Amino acid sequence: MSDALIVLKNIAKRYTRGKQQVRIFDHLDMAIPKQDFVAVMGPSGSGKTTLLNLLGGIDKPSEGEIAFDGKRMDDLSESKLAAFRAANVGFVFQFYNLMPMLTAAQNVELPLLLTKLGPKARRERVNTALSIVNLADRARHKPSELSGGQQQRVAIARAIVSDPKLMLCDEPTGDLDRETAEEILSMLQTLNRDLGKTIVMVTHDPEAARYAKRTLHLDKGHFVEKDLNA
Amino acid sequence: MTFLQLIRKNLFRKKLRTTLTVVSIFIAFLIFGILASFQSSMNAGVDLAGADRLIVTNKINFTLPMPIAYVARTAAVPGVQRVAHASWFGGYYQEPRNFLVAFAIDPAPYLDIYPEYILPPAQREAFLRDRTGLLVGKAVADAYGWKVGDRVPIKSNIWRQKNKSDTWTFNISGIITGKETRVDTNFVMFQYEYFKETRDVGGDTVGWMILKTADTKENERIMRDIDALFANSPFETETKTEQAFNKAFIEMMGDIGSIVLYVVGAAFITILLVVGNTMMLTVRERTNEIAVLKTIGFTAQRVFALVLGESMLLALIGGVLGVLAAFLITSAIAQSVSVLATMTLTLDTAIIAFVLMALLGLLTGLLPAIRAMNIDVVTALGRK
Repeated sequence: MSDALIVLKNIAKRYTRGKQQVRIFDHLDMAIPKQDFVAVMGPSGSGKTTLLNLLGGIDKPSEGEIAFDGKRMDDLSESKLAAFRAANVGFVFQFYNLMPMLTAAQNVELPLLLTKLGPKARRERVNTALSIVNLADRARHKPSELSGGQQQRVAIARAIVSDPKLMLCDEPTGDLDRETAEEILSMLQTLNRDLGKTIVMVTHDPEAARYAKRTLHLDKGHFVEKDLNA
Repeated sequence: MTFLQLIRKNLFRKKLRTTLTVVSIFIAFLIFGILASFQSSMNAGVDLAGADRLIVTNKINFTLPMPIAYVARTAAVPGVQRVAHASWFGGYYQEPRNFLVAFAIDPAPYLDIYPEYILPPAQREAFLRDRTGLLVGKAVADAYGWKVGDRVPIKSNIWRQKNKSDTWTFNISGIITGKETRVDTNFVMFQYEYFKETRDVGGDTVGWMILKTADTKENERIMRDIDALFANSPFETETKTEQAFNKAFIEMMGDIGSIVLYVVGAAFITILLVVGNTMMLTVRERTNEIAVLKTIGFTAQRVFALVLGESMLLALIGGVLGVLAAFLITSAIAQSVSVLATMTLTLDTAIIAFVLMALLGLLTGLLPAIRAMNIDVVTALGRK
């Protein structure tokens, strides 16, 4: 498993909801190779979002180990996990989650504020990221002046601007019409194929899953792998 | 974009709310600036009082007179270097609303005792030569457009001349300026001899004595000696340092320090609640956005700084504008109201204002910043 970007070993995840303890995962193992594009499907409550949270370091497992690029990350402190996310993970959400008072370029620049890059280098990176998602001409527009598809492209530019190895997409086309959704999915495919980004995408949509290299079905905290693209 | 620009963008995303909050902070600092300047103006006499000057008044009340013979007897007390006397005139120019701080003085010793009053030698000589001469403080001269050589009538609301007139006419011999801007020059002074000869009552009495001591360490003893000298006489005295006298005089108008404290305190408590509530509301509204920032790598400390920076910037904008406005208003008051000629927003007041701004920003931003710092990403994003 030397080419694995991320490895989950014997993961258990439990939440306390009121007086009840909810078990999401129990003895879950998983490996995602570098430059993979995985779609994760499953019914509501199957643990898809929890899985993304664990992969992205915004949640910690109750038991087990998570290694990223060969290094354990489940035992990192909150501030180290924040630094890990800033350097290694790009997030794309269903509802874009852009800052309404910032322009597209400023939204894309946000993760770069955490780096040591100077203003000129940041500007160049932002322009490149916006060009990749074909939005260079909308750099000065605020989210409210952009369509849903354009906002999601800005969110993708924000996710790739710091050149992370891993992109985590939570229902990235869930709020878009079919045509725009295909445009976004093609873009993710290009990022995976041409720029070598490892992508994990949670989706309910089998059509969206077809853009991935493989699809994992999650049910009651366990995977069932099916190669829909074969 | 910089971190500071991000704070500014966050702050001004709801322009009306931010503007109203800035206005409320502005008003609080405007009130503080004006009241503190007023207090500082009132205290200028206390702060600038000479340590080597003592004031001797009638023990019953400082408005009651004492015999002029006391001047010579006081001068004989060991350690007393120079003695002058002065008498309150209760003057006004043309109309009672043009109130003048006017008093009759023992010219040469009085001017010697107050080296902070700057008077050109030629004008001093002219004043000493002219029995009807008048020395005018610069603040009064500026207020009425008086200049050396003018002849001005001054009325008294206390005294009458032997001919029953309430008006004395003086020749302006000199204009007194202060050694520094805080020296109060809102007064006029004339010769006691002229006053004594023309007034219908009062005889050989004076209002109070000012004396200069050779060694300030001897002040306590000198004060005791003087009061002992006149004990059990019809005109017992009370001797104080000039600083204590000035302080007591100001306190007769009310405890200005407490008034400033209560008014400013009430204004700041109100502002604290208003701004604190606004900041809490702001963070609550932005829970999702803060969670996104944390997701993309902003640490809890950075989120804390972002929110605290916002409240600090808010306090700074409103506060600086308020202090600037207070400076302009107090300067205008000082120029147009002669009795408040020394009113100015001092550097000390500005420094206190900056400390208050920092405290306001800190106190109103601390809880929202802690709340923002502790926002749980999983829970916050799970709200969608």
